[in-house]
Amino acid sequence: MAKTQRDYDGIPGTYVFDGERHRMGYRLNMMCMSLNEPENREEFQTDEAAYCDRHGITPEQKRAVLDRDWLEMLRLGGNIYYIYKIAIIDGVSFQHVGGVMSGMTESEFRQMMLDGGRHDG
Amino acid sequence: MAEVAYGVATSHTPSIGAAIDNNREEEPYWAPLFEGYEAGRKWMADAEPDVIILAYNDHASAFDLDLIPTFALGVADEFPIADEGYGPRPVPAVEGHSVLAWHLAENLILDGFDMTICNNMPVDHGLTVPLSIMYGKPDKWPAKVIPLAVNVIQYPPPTGKRCWDLGQAIRRIVHDFDEDLSVAVFGTGGMSHQLQGERAGWVNTPFDKAFLDKLVDDPLSLTRISHVELLSDAGSEGIELVMWLIMRGALGENVREVHRHYHVPASNTAAGLMILESEEHTAFL
Repeated sequence: MAKTQRDYDGIPGTYVFDGERHRMGYRLNMMCMSLNEPENREEFQTDEAAYCDRHGITPEQKRAVLDRDWLEMLRLGGNIYYIYKIAIIDGVSFQHVGGVMSGMTESEFRQMMLDGGRHDG
Repeated sequence: MAEVAYGVATSHTPSIGAAIDNNREEEPYWAPLFEGYEAGRKWMADAEPDVIILAYNDHASAFDLDLIPTFALGVADEFPIADEGYGPRPVPAVEGHSVLAWHLAENLILDGFDMTICNNMPVDHGLTVPLSIMYGKPDKWPAKVIPLAVNVIQYPPPTGKRCWDLGQAIRRIVHDFDEDLSVAVFGTGGMSHQLQGERAGWVNTPFDKAFLDKLVDDPLSLTRISHVELLSDAGSEGIELVMWLIMRGALGENVREVHRHYHVPASNTAAGLMILESEEHTAFL
């Protein structure tokens, strides 16, 4: 089924976490939620693929998690605050993740923010 | 008689909390932000509110996708600090005001606001960073805090108008509470920022500055901004600004601006701080 048209579809580079994305991403996001528990963080780090399998996410979502393909996680229903819990485990910042998503290095992204942020798009 | 005397609007960016926790406030990156907080902290030490009703959003800490309350009020006597993935922030646990919280919960519901009532509610950076911004690093938070968690993560968040109306109701209901208490309402989050997608890093300083101006003397115009306009102009996470309207609605029609500060960046966010005092001495409406 095609995604319902929304008034915010025209905003570029933006993945609004609406009901349709929630339905796609429920298991992925709940898997990320489990990483609030220290013992789950350890388990995830020990065997990420097995952890993904146990949480029943789709093969595409699993690929995106293993590849740290943040944009793909968003496309497949990931919510930024949930998937960021994986970045916390990796010890990377929101600026790193923001850079990866927008095709910049972390230092380029950081400099863009120091210069007043992104104004295009 | 209790009264909403003060309003504070501030960003709640986690990296601001980390800068405070790790004593980095004077580093060149952070100093321009924290210099603007100094006047706020001085004011806070003089104002000494007894209770803070703190509107914030939970970030996948107390709530997950199984339960998404639009407005959740914390009625417990204490709220633990959440582990968001790094371990809990090294800040004091938050002491609640159960009696006032229940007065609010009961009367808000009777007034038409269908609040979710929470006891077990670990609080995350959305609530603790604003306290750190205003108080620094005390051994114990000087005020009791009633957490008011607002969903802004799952689309759609409540409208700006609904947040404004909730703030007005909070003002009336606090006024009816039969104990002398000075109350501050905090609206947190924002200002413009976007954490996700190819548009990550979005900042809109003209929008933010106009928002600050209108928050003081034309707040009703802010209640008419649609969600699509907020997403587009303030960024996908800048939609948090609806929570500032709870604060403003709770102050009554006339306010005095005490302090404002605006700085880009705090990591990926345009950071704003505005302190207002209510000039209404009775509940309006």
